[in-house]
Amino acid sequence: MAANPMSQFDVYRIGPEIKVGAFDISFTNASLFMILSTVSILLIFNLGSKKNSILPNKIQLLAELSYTFVSKMISDTAGSKAKPYFAFIFSLFMFVLFCNMFGMIPYTFTVTSHIIVTFVLAAFIFIGVTVIGFIKHGFGYLKLFVPSGVPAVLLPLIVVIEIISYLSRPISLSVRLFANMMAGHTMMKVFGGFVISLGIVGGWLPLSFSVALTGLEILVAFLQAYVFAILTCIYLNDALNLHH
Amino acid sequence: MVKKIYFQSIFFSFFFIKEAFAAESGGMPQLNPEFWVSQIFWLILTFGIMYLVLSKLILPKISNNLESRKSQILENIEAAEKQREDSNAKLKEYDEIISKSKLEANSIFNQAREKALKDIGAKREVLDKQIDNEIAGAEKEIDALRKNAPDKINKIAIETSSELLQKLIGAEVNNSSISAIVDDLSKRNGDKYYGN
Repeated sequence: MAANPMSQFDVYRIGPEIKVGAFDISFTNASLFMILSTVSILLIFNLGSKKNSILPNKIQLLAELSYTFVSKMISDTAGSKAKPYFAFIFSLFMFVLFCNMFGMIPYTFTVTSHIIVTFVLAAFIFIGVTVIGFIKHGFGYLKLFVPSGVPAVLLPLIVVIEIISYLSRPISLSVRLFANMMAGHTMMKVFGGFVISLGIVGGWLPLSFSVALTGLEILVAFLQAYVFAILTCIYLNDALNLHH
Repeated sequence: MVKKIYFQSIFFSFFFIKEAFAAESGGMPQLNPEFWVSQIFWLILTFGIMYLVLSKLILPKISNNLESRKSQILENIEAAEKQREDSNAKLKEYDEIISKSKLEANSIFNQAREKALKDIGAKREVLDKQIDNEIAGAEKEIDALRKNAPDKINKIAIETSSELLQKLIGAEVNNSSISAIVDDLSKRNGDKYYGN
């Protein structure tokens, strides 16, 4: 077992190298955990939607509670116009949640601790929201950058700030998730390393930290998935209901 | 003292561990672009398939389940409400029937009583009349008897007197003279004898 706390984020090939043109699309441990997450999501929700009993069993209750949780989150933040995007936000929330949670199992790989994964998701959301905004409002969508009730003197400055904040959305969205996941897992690994190196005498202190951190990290895993989904809803809300 | 040594040993061991990590660390694997394309490819593939299956197959089913449960619960509530209303109406009807039949029973009872009272009254009247008639007849008879009584007594007195006189005197006495005397006596003392 490598002592390096960053080695848990190493991506390595499983099986042969697959190349399409110049691109390496080999099956890696990251791919394995993506597939594991999606398959478990599909399995759970398929089981949860199979039977339609008036009194739901546990798995059906789980599926329906998740459904109502996400649909309430969307309708609270983005209103009823966001209903067509429910399936996407639901998938997004579940994907991020399951990847985060799979990462909490020892010796697993955390898909969302890689900037490239979170950035692709965030960039897709950013482009999608921008496209939706322009389709819904045409060039009127640019009014998003001009808040109402601002004195004319400040307007150029405000517009620049608004544009920068809008453009930094994919970065902030992706870095937030990636950094949270990476920092948490690194910290746990560091404290785990202390337990081994301090041995039976001093190892109890970092071990108790590790236990506490595990609870915290499970909370963070859920919270970051929630934040990711709710920020998507807020961006969608900007695109659907132009307030300015 | 033991505590101090314990924490000191922890503190110093940090340095060793840090050195060990520093020796091995080779930067963040996240920034190594070797598998970026692979990760993007597999992300799009898995997420895309999951999105399609969820949006086309699973989520509509869940929403359907939720809707059908909601509607069924609403239906059941409606049915229960309706049944309650029905039972309330039936209860009202039942109460009405009971109160109506009570009234009817009361009126029947009253009628029967009135009729019985009337019958009794009529019978009593008839009886009263009969009794009155009988009383009147008896009174008449008594009256007649009373009216005839002095004459008869007078007659008896006259006859007895004449017979007594005959036996005493041995001679026939004129009845008319005796009768005059008796009449005179009876007129004078009649009231005493008959209590009139």
